[in-house]
Amino acid sequence: MSYAKRILYVDLTTGKTEVKPLDMKLAKEYIGGIGLGMKLWLDHSKAGVDPFSPENPLIYITGPLTGTMAPSAGNTYAVVSKSPLTGIIGEAKAHGFFGSEVKRAGYDVIIFTGKSDKLVYAWIDDDSVQLLDAEHLRGKSPAETDETIREELGDFYIRVSAIGEAGEKLSRIACIINDEYRAIGRGGMGAVMGSKNLKAVAVRGTNDVNVANMDEFKEFVRTIHERMKGPATRKYRTLGTPENVLVLNALAALATRNFTNATFEGAEKVSGESLNEHYVKKIIGCATCGMRCDHIAVVPEGEYKGSTSRVEFECLWSCGPLCGIDRLDAIIEAIRLADYYGLDGISIGVVVAMAMDCYENGVITDKDTDGLKLNFGNHEALVEAIKRIGTRTGWFGETFAEGTKRAAEIIGGEAYKYANHIKGMELPGYDLRTLQTAALGFSVSFRGACHLRSGAYSPDVKGSVDRFKIEKGRGKLVMDGEDLYNVVDSLILCKFSRGVMYDGLKDMAKYYELATGIPMTAEELLLAGERINNLARVINIREGGGTREEDQLPWKILNFPVPEECVGKGVYVKQREFDIGLSDYYEVRGWTDEGIPTPKKLKELGLEDLIPIVDKKIKAMKKK
Amino acid sequence: MPTIHEKKFVSGDPAKCIGCRVCEYACSMKHENTFNPTKSRIRAVRLNSFVNLAVSCRLCEEPPCVAACPRDALRQSEETGIILVDEDKCNGCGWCVEACDYGAIQLHPETKKVFSCDLCDGEPSCVEWCPEEALDYTTKDIVSQKARIGAVKKLFRESLKG
Repeated sequence: MSYAKRILYVDLTTGKTEVKPLDMKLAKEYIGGIGLGMKLWLDHSKAGVDPFSPENPLIYITGPLTGTMAPSAGNTYAVVSKSPLTGIIGEAKAHGFFGSEVKRAGYDVIIFTGKSDKLVYAWIDDDSVQLLDAEHLRGKSPAETDETIREELGDFYIRVSAIGEAGEKLSRIACIINDEYRAIGRGGMGAVMGSKNLKAVAVRGTNDVNVANMDEFKEFVRTIHERMKGPATRKYRTLGTPENVLVLNALAALATRNFTNATFEGAEKVSGESLNEHYVKKIIGCATCGMRCDHIAVVPEGEYKGSTSRVEFECLWSCGPLCGIDRLDAIIEAIRLADYYGLDGISIGVVVAMAMDCYENGVITDKDTDGLKLNFGNHEALVEAIKRIGTRTGWFGETFAEGTKRAAEIIGGEAYKYANHIKGMELPGYDLRTLQTAALGFSVSFRGACHLRSGAYSPDVKGSVDRFKIEKGRGKLVMDGEDLYNVVDSLILCKFSRGVMYDGLKDMAKYYELATGIPMTAEELLLAGERINNLARVINIREGGGTREEDQLPWKILNFPVPEECVGKGVYVKQREFDIGLSDYYEVRGWTDEGIPTPKKLKELGLEDLIPIVDKKIKAMKKK
Repeated sequence: MPTIHEKKFVSGDPAKCIGCRVCEYACSMKHENTFNPTKSRIRAVRLNSFVNLAVSCRLCEEPPCVAACPRDALRQSEETGIILVDEDKCNGCGWCVEACDYGAIQLHPETKKVFSCDLCDGEPSCVEWCPEEALDYTTKDIVSQKARIGAVKKLFRESLKG
């Protein structure tokens, strides 16, 4: 049985810890990872809790396969809390090595509540849990923190998940990083950790992790290993996700200069091909995984010589084309800095791109930037901007450390036109004007703008739909993607390895059953995926969001047609079509036209206890 | 006594190893029927992204671990070269652990006796599972032979092109 069946509670205010059994009925219904994490968050929080309040639980959670030899799912964890960036549910996953250590220490879940009166780190050594002084770690990067902790505790194999200066200083785009390059990236989970004065979580686990059916499990893992050498993972093993640069550019879907253009004249220079030829020094991987995808890039010469970072498409895009920057050496340095301060690598680029757009349009001036020339394409300005944001230096650093939505509110005036976020979360690297299924999918995502909540860009990129418009039928595509991804993120399979599940949910059910011994079918998993999506939606409603009013697109996507000569010239999302898309999505979900799950739907999913929340909302909206 | 052409061991290639620890999981699965790297006879070391190597028993010709044991709990198999532990005699003192330059003999977390690579009766599980083919079940003379050929190829790469 690969669940540890235990939850560790750590009260950071009192320093008290407690271990309670995991409710195995919940485990089956919500699987683990984000599903179970969000359920536990709901059960342990009060409505309307401030994300930075000690009352906001910060939940570290593993998956049912964590700690086993399962490729990609064996090494992982998720963090769930209320997001200070979006004000609704926040969740993110990371791979690497850290997650397995948590499971081996004997826990499926660690729930941090309260707030320490000084900066501490949690040292979890199997059954022994201590809060140790972390004052000497203040301002250190996650990687430096990791190294220092392992040295002072005297064990090389201890695993650490830590925040950087951005998290300590409550930047709403702060992330948590483990194993040097692996981030709990999105939604400002690092800032929640900072608000609790929790610098890091260090874990050493020495217990066995067992599976229910070792012989068959072993054979299944062997099959996955074989598949991982095949076509399903080719992209990740070769050029890596930066392959997307030229693919999206050809589709006029490579958002450039803060979603002004949809193609980038410098695409060749920052392509995956160029990256691999000139900068990638080694491709490594995570624990237990049979493929490898971490493209570690090193700048060999010039002003950024020696700069090293792990480069994926998203951060390459946000710090590159989106800022009009065509130099990979500067992009590698920008990503290194984002990791150094502990900033979400997607959000940071989108934030800087917004600042550049504001600067170019006179919305902010040299006076606001203390002389920083934030023109698109100025790589020195990008690097300096990240430093200021990471350290909250000056008005500029303070303002943009808040993320695009709040920065626009602080600046006022026209600034909102340049803030590319959904529900407060910065857009990832897909131009939603020319990928309109994605536009719908990103807008309804329960954690804000996100390509990983539904993969709704996929039908657009594959060409199975007319990607320049939204029409009836897209709602189903988005929903199916969401329900599947909810399962993937609750088992916490790496999305790069989703393709090796040749039989989709059937394979996943088999994986689950062999490891846990709990009977599971593809149908049950799919239902769990739907349950999780409805749960998240209701949580968001409880927290004051989660309706049609919030499922909206940024100004540029709706008002700024692609200007340049390309296949997407003149295209943008039309509000009327988008509204049809939303209604279509709500209808297939069995929600009201305002996007609220109906009591009937909740009952169908075994979520009766959530009905009062939606009832209250429906009544309040009727009054309005 | 095996000749140098027969005495095989698990050799790790730092150019291929990525520190993924699949070998550790495979080892504990094979020997202990569980997943637990602390019970693995091979341990992966990732110093940083670029420096990775899995380390297991080197089957030394004059094993210092055996020499260090005051209780005669260790001996080297004449047939294969692996270190055999007499668990009745071993009291977990760890002198062999200190004597080993490679960290390849360890104290078992449960039995509190020492243990090291036993080559899985000639079919090492780690070698079978390594996704990067970074582990080889081979002899030292073949390892040196391969390195030699590689070096010569490198030296004459220009003339080999033709």
